[in-house]
Parts: sequence; structure tokens; C-alpha cells
Amino acid sequence: MNATAYNFAYLDEQTKRMIRRAILKAIAIPGYQVPFASREMPMPYGWGTGGVQVTAAILGPGDVLKVIDQGSDDTTNAISIRKFFARTAGVATTTSTGEATVIQTRHRIPEAPLHSGQVLVYQVPIPEPLRFLEPRETETRRMHALGEYGLMHVKLYEDIARFGHIATSYAYPVKVNARYVMDPSPTPKFDNPKMDDCPALQLFGAGREKRIYAIPPHTRVVSLDFEDHPFTRYRFDAPCALCGADDSYLDEIVTDDRGSRMFVCSDTDYCEGRQAAGHRGTESAAPHKESAHG
Amino acid sequence: MTAMIELSNAEKTFTMHLQGGVELPVVRGVSFHVDAGECVVLSGPSGAGKSSILKMIYGNYRCDGGRIGIRHRGAVVDLAGAEPRQVLGIRRSTIGYVSQFLRAVPRVPTIDVVAEPLIANGVSREDARERAGALLRRLNIPERLWRLPPSTFSGGEQQRVNIAHGFISNYPILLLDEPTASLDAANRAVVVELIEEKKRKGVATVAIVHDDEIRKEIADRIVDVTAFAAAA
Amino acid sequence: MADRLTENDQPLLLAEGLGKNYGRLTACRDVSFALYPGEVLAVVGESGSGKSTLLQLLSAQLAPSAGRVSYRMRDGVLRDLASLGEAERRFLFRTDWGFVHQDPAQGLRMAVSAGANVGERLMAVGWNHYGRIREAASNWLDRVEIETSRIDDAPRTYSGGMRQRLQIARNLVTEPRLVFMDEPTGGLDVSVQARLLDLMRNLVSELGLAAIIVTHDLAVARLLSHRVMVMKGGQVIETGLTDQVLDDPREPYTQLLVSSILPP
Repeated sequence: MNATAYNFAYLDEQTKRMIRRAILKAIAIPGYQVPFASREMPMPYGWGTGGVQVTAAILGPGDVLKVIDQGSDDTTNAISIRKFFARTAGVATTTSTGEATVIQTRHRIPEAPLHSGQVLVYQVPIPEPLRFLEPRETETRRMHALGEYGLMHVKLYEDIARFGHIATSYAYPVKVNARYVMDPSPTPKFDNPKMDDCPALQLFGAGREKRIYAIPPHTRVVSLDFEDHPFTRYRFDAPCALCGADDSYLDEIVTDDRGSRMFVCSDTDYCEGRQAAGHRGTESAAPHKESAHG
Repeated sequence: MTAMIELSNAEKTFTMHLQGGVELPVVRGVSFHVDAGECVVLSGPSGAGKSSILKMIYGNYRCDGGRIGIRHRGAVVDLAGAEPRQVLGIRRSTIGYVSQFLRAVPRVPTIDVVAEPLIANGVSREDARERAGALLRRLNIPERLWRLPPSTFSGGEQQRVNIAHGFISNYPILLLDEPTASLDAANRAVVVELIEEKKRKGVATVAIVHDDEIRKEIADRIVDVTAFAAAA
Repeated sequence: MADRLTENDQPLLLAEGLGKNYGRLTACRDVSFALYPGEVLAVVGESGSGKSTLLQLLSAQLAPSAGRVSYRMRDGVLRDLASLGEAERRFLFRTDWGFVHQDPAQGLRMAVSAGANVGERLMAVGWNHYGRIREAASNWLDRVEIETSRIDDAPRTYSGGMRQRLQIARNLVTEPRLVFMDEPTGGLDVSVQARLLDLMRNLVSELGLAAIIVTHDLAVARLLSHRVMVMKGGQVIETGLTDQVLDDPREPYTQLLVSSILPP
């Protein structure tokens, strides 16, 4: 049911060309934030206007779209965006990571390995990793241009000084292709290693901040750290209560008002797939604890 | 004998711009020399320009005419036309100056005030402190005061710290402006002894001393400054 | 009359005919001097005399309208600052140079711990070992007389004097050869000033630092500097050894400045 009043995928063709040019430039300079003329979208800032514009610009009639929000295919945000494109572009949609050609995401990378030919589109609230310490845009752009990234380590230093370890657990800064330091959007640092040498193309869109950046397939992505405080990916020390997976990122679910809770995969598609394949969890509540997990 | 200091026709005039540009001639035609191991005492009434001449030799006052030759590291440098860097170099290794009043940085302990000229010339802090202590002891500054800054001391004590500061290095030239003015007899004797030692080491000294007895004890020659009075 | 004063006879910084105009307004005109390693130069004058403009020209933060500034890089080559690329200039700024601002909030990251403030320059030049960075920061806090137990506190919680000392530590941690200071004691209590001056004096002589200090306070000039340049109306009107200029001032304006000091 293609809404005929709109152009294919909502945006007009000139706008899509403009965005595609920005995307091409972003791919050519991995990790570099390319400014683009972000449009008003029929949803508020913070709901993924950047990601939606990137998706709109790359979507073709033959694409299969998956949209996740914190790993889940069935939140309001994920459903609205999926419906939005089903309606304005008439593309097929799916919840299966393997079947999708374009996956728009908010704050997660799917657990199932991505493959060549797929595009992962991130929704980004604040694209500037240096913003935490340097409020001036002119200055942060200069720092990127000159590769002055001492400040990024200041942030990590502060973590260790305050908490005894690098406590940054999401939006954990990475260095892309040994050149630009990049904010991987508020994905948990658990997902950082998946960005490295990924066969899929990764695109990042920030609507309010009007920036697009990219990681081309098979690009080196390194999480920043100190020699004596190396990057660690944390994990919960219990498996998923539903599918028994012990290698996935878990969400905590409160099950009553007496403190009971359980931990389940944040990636619903992954969890359902495992359950369909016969894997079972305990369904018991597990304590949540961070631990180093190479 | 080689002269360590040789002044010829040196002159100094102050122009007081804040008093309508009044010219205040201080000295002119100042000519004398000081040989190594010799102590020359400047004499004359107050206001005759003795201190000014000393300050000119130290490069503290600028010389408006003539020459002030200083033997520095084997060569003669005309201080009247020297670059600030040269003057600093001369002060670091050639000329020591004991002024009437101690000008020390607040908060610095006495022992370090005295040791400073040695440290500036590359002596280790430990050695420098040891030698400073020995000198202070000789000048009867009790050891309990060494850790305190001299600003809290009496006038006589400050003067002795000042003397220790000036005498600690092996400068070949020493300028002394009333070194014994506020000292008691015992300490005056120590200073006379120190000057004698310097002379034996070949140090050229120019001093201003009002005490006739001390002048007699230390002076090899007396230069009467009234001869250089600049007639207004 | 050749006289070799020191082994180090090569100037570190050289200003030649330096000038800056803002339209028809001349902020600074025809300033020339050489600064040698280990030498401390005070630039004195009242507000609007052009001394702050001069400091910005000398530290390559402002492009001159006339003349040039050259600096002897660590490899011994004297280079025109205008010929340096921005990356080189900024590198110089966080390694071989320091800049101490009058307002510590300008020179510090107020929301970041003291340790990170001091460590930032080290991290910027590639130090990547938390333990070693922290140790270096801690040593420097100690040197500037800040309790090392305050290493994790942000400078917002520090007093004015401590902030200024922290700023100095932050600048000196990479062992620069030249430090620019803009009214480093301005805005501090007199007792705090004395402590800071004493500290700076010791650090400068221990590290053999060259420094250019802009100040309107002649006492600061007397205590810290070897040489003084007196500025008025954008020009250097008198220059010489500090005690010479202050005890035997020649120019009417310098005499006025000197006579305006209240007796201690």
C-alpha cells in the first residue's frame, strides 16, 4: 500500500541525492563526520530522524528492511519506522537479521553475524565523541583534522580515576581505520568488537546534529584504551533466561513488584531463533554483574 | 699587575622627568682602577656618589659616559656598553655585590638564600647548603634560624645573611656597600677577616666603609670621591 | 672584546620588527628582541599598552601585520613561526611551549580532575599507560605544592592560588623550554601571590626555562625576570636588565611607573 501522495521512501529525489553524496563521502573517509542538510521528518528529533533519512536515501524497491530499537523488533519506535517505510516505499519488511538487506538500528548491533551486502544504519543522537570535554565545534573539528585525540583519553582517565576501571559502557569511543576517532552512537560497548572488520556497510545518521559518517566493510575499528587498562567487553554471568544463550547482550526484566527479575536477550530475533531451534533457558532470575570478558 | 676594574671618565646623571626634566649630575670623570688582591675604599661625604659608583660597576646604574672595564673570564668587557646578557654573565661569575639592604624573596629559608649563588653556578644543592651553613656559623647566625626566611630577622642578622650571600662564591671582584654598618664589634671583626681572606685569594674589592678603624684595617688604597663631584 | 657568556649562544626566540594593526589602530609596533634559553623577560606596561597583543604575536596566536617571530625548534633549526603549519604550531604549544593564563579557567579544564588536567598533555603526545600518567601527574602536583590526595578533585573545588599552581603543573609536565605567562598573579591575594612567585622562580631556575611574562606589577618583574621591556602605546620605550630599568629608569613613563609603586 504505497501512499501515492509521497515520493518513494518519503524524501524527494534531490534530497536523496544530497544525502547519498554525503554518504559516499563518509564511506570514502571512514569515521569522518560529513555535514548534510538534514530535513524535517514527520517524527520528532530523538526518534531516529537521522537514521530514517539515511535509510530513505539508500532504500530501493527490492530491499528488505528490518528496524530494531535496543535490539527489539517490536517497540513503538521500531514498529513506526518499519511501517513508515512499508507505507512510503512499499518495501518488504522482516524481523530476521539474516534476511534483511537494510537494518536500521537504535543502540544495538544484532547478535547474528552480518554478511556482505547488508547495510546497518545507526540512529545517532550526538555524533561528536569529543563533545564531552570540548564544547566548541570549531575546536573539535580542528582536533579531528589534526588527529589530536589526547582529550579522548582524558575521558577514559577520568573513568579510571573515579571508578577504578573504564566505566564508559556505551558510546565507547573507537578509532576507525587508524585515523578518525568516532562515537559509535549509544550502543553498548559489548557491541564494539562487532564493528571491527564487519562485512556489512555501517552508516551513521544524526538528524538534529546534521552529520553522517560511515564504516566501510572490513574496516579496522579499535576501541580506545590504556595499556594497563585494556578494553574489555563485559557480560552478564548468567545465560539468557529464555534461550540459554551465554554470548548475547541481556536486558533486565522486572517481573513483579517484589524485586523479581530475569535476564533475557536484548536481540529478540536472535532469542526467538534460538528458542525455535530448541534452546531453552532457566527462566530463573540471575544476579547482574559486570566482569571482564576478553 | 692586571687591573680587575678600570674606570675611565665614567659619568652618571639622573634626569628627573617627573620634576620637569631636572638634570641631576651625580658623578663625572670617575677614573680609578683596582688590581687583583687589592681593596680600594671609596671615601667622601654622604651624597658624594659612592654608592652610585658601586652600582655603576655592578651594572645596576647605567653609565652615561666613559668606560667601566671589567676583567671577566680573561678578557676586558666594557660594562658601560655591554648587553644585558653580558652583564648577567659577569654577575653570575665575576662580580659579587653586598648591598646595604638584603633583598630576598619572601618565604625562602636563610640557608637557601645564602646557598643560591653557588647553586646558580652549578654547585650541588647539598654542597652549597653545607658551605652556606659554615659561613652562617662563622657569622654567628644560630642554626635554628637557618630554616626561616631572613625577612623576620633583626637588621644586624639580615646584614650578616647578606654578607654571607655575597661572600660565599669565589667572585674575582667584590663590591661592598657598608658591610659592617649595623654589626657589633665581634661580627665586624669576622667581616674584616673575611675580606682579608678574599684579598689573599686575589679578589679585587671596592668598599664603602664609614668606620675609620675598619677602613684602616682593610684599605690598600683610598679613592676620594669628592674629586668626581659633578658641578651642577 | 669578544665575550662568550654561556655555551648557549643561540637565541631561542627572535622577534624582528614585529607589529600589529587593527585597521588604522596600531596595537603594537616595531618590536625586536632576542630571548635566550633560560632567560626570563618581563613585559611591563599599563592596560592598553600592547603587551597582551605582543604576547599573542610571540606565541603565534595572532598573525603579525609586520615583522616576524622565529623560534629555535628542538632540532636546533630557527624557524619563522608563520611558516609552521597549524599542526606543527599546535604541537609546539603542547610540548615545547607553555601558556599560563591570568584566569585559570581559561587554561584548565575546570570539570576534569586535577590528575587529568596535568596528564592531558602527556596523553596528547601518546602516553598510553594510566599508571605512569597518574604517577607523573602526582609528581607534578607535589612539585607545585598541591596535596596529592587532591589529584582526583576537579579544579572548581580548588582555591585561586591552587588553580594557578595547577595550571603551571599542567604546562610544565612536558618539560617545555619556553613559557608564556599573562599576568600570572593577577587576581590573587598578596600572600598567595608571594607563594606563587617563589614557586615560579624556583621552577624557572631549576628547569632552566625561558619565559616571557606580561605583567603590570613591577614587583613580579623584579622577582622573576632578568630583563624588562617597558611598553607604552604599542611600542617598547625602554629595555634593559630588570634591576637597571627599575632602579635607574630613563624614560619619563618608566619613571612614572616606578615612582607609582607603594613602598612595601
